[in-house]
Amino acid sequence: MVKEIPVVYLQAASCTGCAVSSLNTASPTIKNVLIDQIAPGVHINLRFHPVIMAAAGEMAIQVMEDTAKQKKGGYVFVVDGAVPMGANGVYGTVGERNGKPVSMLQRVTELARDALAVIALGTCASFGGIPAAKPNPTDCQPVSKVLAAKGIKKPLINIPGCPPHPDWFVGTIASILLKGLPTADDLDDFLRPKAFYGKLIHENCPRRASFDEGKFAKKLGDEGCLYEMGCKGPITYADCPLRKWNSGTNWVIGAGAPCNGCTQPEFPDQTSPFYEKLVDVELPVVGAYWAAKEAK
Amino acid sequence: MGKIVIDPVTRIEGHLKIECTVENGVVKDARGTGNLFRGLELILRGRDPRDAQIIAQRICGVCPQSHGIAAALNLDSAFGIADKIPDNGRIIRNLIHGAHVAQDACLHFYHLAALDYVNVADVAKYEGNDSQLNSVKDFIARGELGPFMPRYEGDYRLPAAVNQQAVAHYVRALEIRRIGHEAVSIFSGKVPHSVGVVPGGVTSVPTVDNIMAYIWKIKILKDFIDNVYIPDVLAVAGAYLDYAAIGVGCKNLLSYGMYDLDGKSPDYATRDRLFKQGTISADLKPGTLDMNKIAEYVKHSWYEDSTSGLHPAHGDTKPQPGKNGAYTWTKAPRYDGKVYEVGAVARVAVTYAKGDPKMKELVDGALAKLKAKPSVLFSVLGRHLARALSAKYIADQLEGWALSLKPGEPCYTTYEIPDTAMGMGIIEGSRGALGHFIEIKDKKIANYQAVVPTTWNISPMDDMGQHGPIEQALIGTKVKDEKNPFEIVRIIRSFDPCLACSIHVVTPKGRELGQYRVV
Repeated sequence: MVKEIPVVYLQAASCTGCAVSSLNTASPTIKNVLIDQIAPGVHINLRFHPVIMAAAGEMAIQVMEDTAKQKKGGYVFVVDGAVPMGANGVYGTVGERNGKPVSMLQRVTELARDALAVIALGTCASFGGIPAAKPNPTDCQPVSKVLAAKGIKKPLINIPGCPPHPDWFVGTIASILLKGLPTADDLDDFLRPKAFYGKLIHENCPRRASFDEGKFAKKLGDEGCLYEMGCKGPITYADCPLRKWNSGTNWVIGAGAPCNGCTQPEFPDQTSPFYEKLVDVELPVVGAYWAAKEAK
Repeated sequence: MGKIVIDPVTRIEGHLKIECTVENGVVKDARGTGNLFRGLELILRGRDPRDAQIIAQRICGVCPQSHGIAAALNLDSAFGIADKIPDNGRIIRNLIHGAHVAQDACLHFYHLAALDYVNVADVAKYEGNDSQLNSVKDFIARGELGPFMPRYEGDYRLPAAVNQQAVAHYVRALEIRRIGHEAVSIFSGKVPHSVGVVPGGVTSVPTVDNIMAYIWKIKILKDFIDNVYIPDVLAVAGAYLDYAAIGVGCKNLLSYGMYDLDGKSPDYATRDRLFKQGTISADLKPGTLDMNKIAEYVKHSWYEDSTSGLHPAHGDTKPQPGKNGAYTWTKAPRYDGKVYEVGAVARVAVTYAKGDPKMKELVDGALAKLKAKPSVLFSVLGRHLARALSAKYIADQLEGWALSLKPGEPCYTTYEIPDTAMGMGIIEGSRGALGHFIEIKDKKIANYQAVVPTTWNISPMDDMGQHGPIEQALIGTKVKDEKNPFEIVRIIRSFDPCLACSIHVVTPKGRELGQYRVV
């Protein structure tokens, strides 16, 4: 007997980049994830996903609402995008109920309340990200804030990144299936799995030697450390330099561009201007940057 | 009179609601409403202009490369370096955007559109040895069929064997689009939301090994387009030929052109591009692109009438929620006062009409196989066919371009950010004509506007009372079964709408929004 794990994937104030990145999972492939037994005897039953599902309109909404009812407490709820809370949520709606649009805020509240666990996929869902950037026109908030505001206590995992690497998402799901929900020790202070976000970009960067030797790129395209080109690697936690992107093909610094800090709660307002050198960093103890900032 | 409301329209980018009024089985009125507003142009204001390239890509995670390059062209023009991008930089931008557009067409046909035509359930009857299909058969036998069920029922016409093969191709296309992204990332760092394209050129440098890696990924993509994708589009077309006359629309097409063949002219509207700039209408005669003919109308949008008819570079946005006769936050961009559709069909038709020999051969060859005239391009099938031909036309160029790169030569030029400047960047994004506009004051972004493909296509009625392209394509359509309105979703999806793109430019203010749908 194959165990079916129901999943509801809701898009809030997003750009669909998280969903497109997820499709890029290389091993397992996205076909393995959706069709095959992802682990022996376990199948991910993706019931609602607006970008790929066959159904539309009321038929699709019915599937979402039925899953919440029939599988109460037993489904994984994935959100990509931040949640617009301004003007009581009117800036973003998904489907209708009794002829009236239902806000994303309402959907996230209802679906989180009855879920087994909640995954905030991408920096917008995890920390607010781009739509929450100054002046945050729609009062976009991360999923954690919605859960807190509504008094919902559910296990929450943040998988930030703009977009997140598919391995970070699929790896987290696999970990839940094989080992169960993460313990507090498995996550960092921002509820990110330490397995993927445990080290600074700077710690594993192949240009680190140039940094240590003081060899800095003077313009884009130059060899050398990109610190003076605005690289945020010294303050950004992710395993991009080791894992690399798009099936291990390349990554940001590999293409000669500075890291823009997209896995951080501070993205984008405090990690920009993206092409300006970091200020206030006491090198080389760069890991202490955020701690020092917080202390101020 | 009945109403068909589809909310959400799935298998598109973003949050879209479509409402059709139906009388005696025929659509009498159609209105599209976007259901998400993020306000990215407000977020861009006051920032370092160079950051526009990073932030504007986040308008859309499906077509970030298109926005990234439009933003870079926009900044190049504002910084006064539009004609100074080194050839390596120009070519690498083309390689990034070319691989992107080619894989995006595969994604659209197989993963967004095909489930409206292909019956996945037929795989249950599969008797062969294809391990992929047998794994899908096992999946069906287990009985939990999300995300492929439920669905509209009653109009799947392909024979079982063709459906089974199409499902195998759906699975293969998932790999193909991933490989296409890998090709993009060779020069752009990562996908989605790349970093390689910047004002001044690109950050990456060509090396023999990354050129070869790129070429061999493109060969895989090209092989799939030639031998799987285009034959599948023709096979679907053969079984759904009535869709060559369904969803016809406004019969005016607009292309900004793309893939700069020469970077010497600072004027994007006239510089030499692979896909040509211009317009085309029912008479199939090409017209010249004149950016001054673009204006945005707001009579049926929630903005003050005094702001109607302005060019986007000088656009003004004064919200007036609850305005009489208005029903959306989307403005109505028009060209020369008329309704124009944008998309792959526009760039293919304009390039064809301008007499490009390779495009003529491609289009005439495909039409001959369908025994159809060029006028079928104005239809649901025409849009799918044109998207496939657009993918082939660009994929065929990429290897030669990659080999023309010169390792060791510059890819990037430096610049000074001006105190004050205006800029404009126009290209064909995957989904059609894409324009970014910037105004810089005190070295910061004072104003940023993007008039994107879906804004044209999902636009509401204008001051002259003309419906937007998707509305026009829906109105007059016969709906056989209102419970399973295949016709409506097939028409909408043939445009490949991208809602995140279309709904970032508006500026609603104030709490009175609560009474209205937000677009």
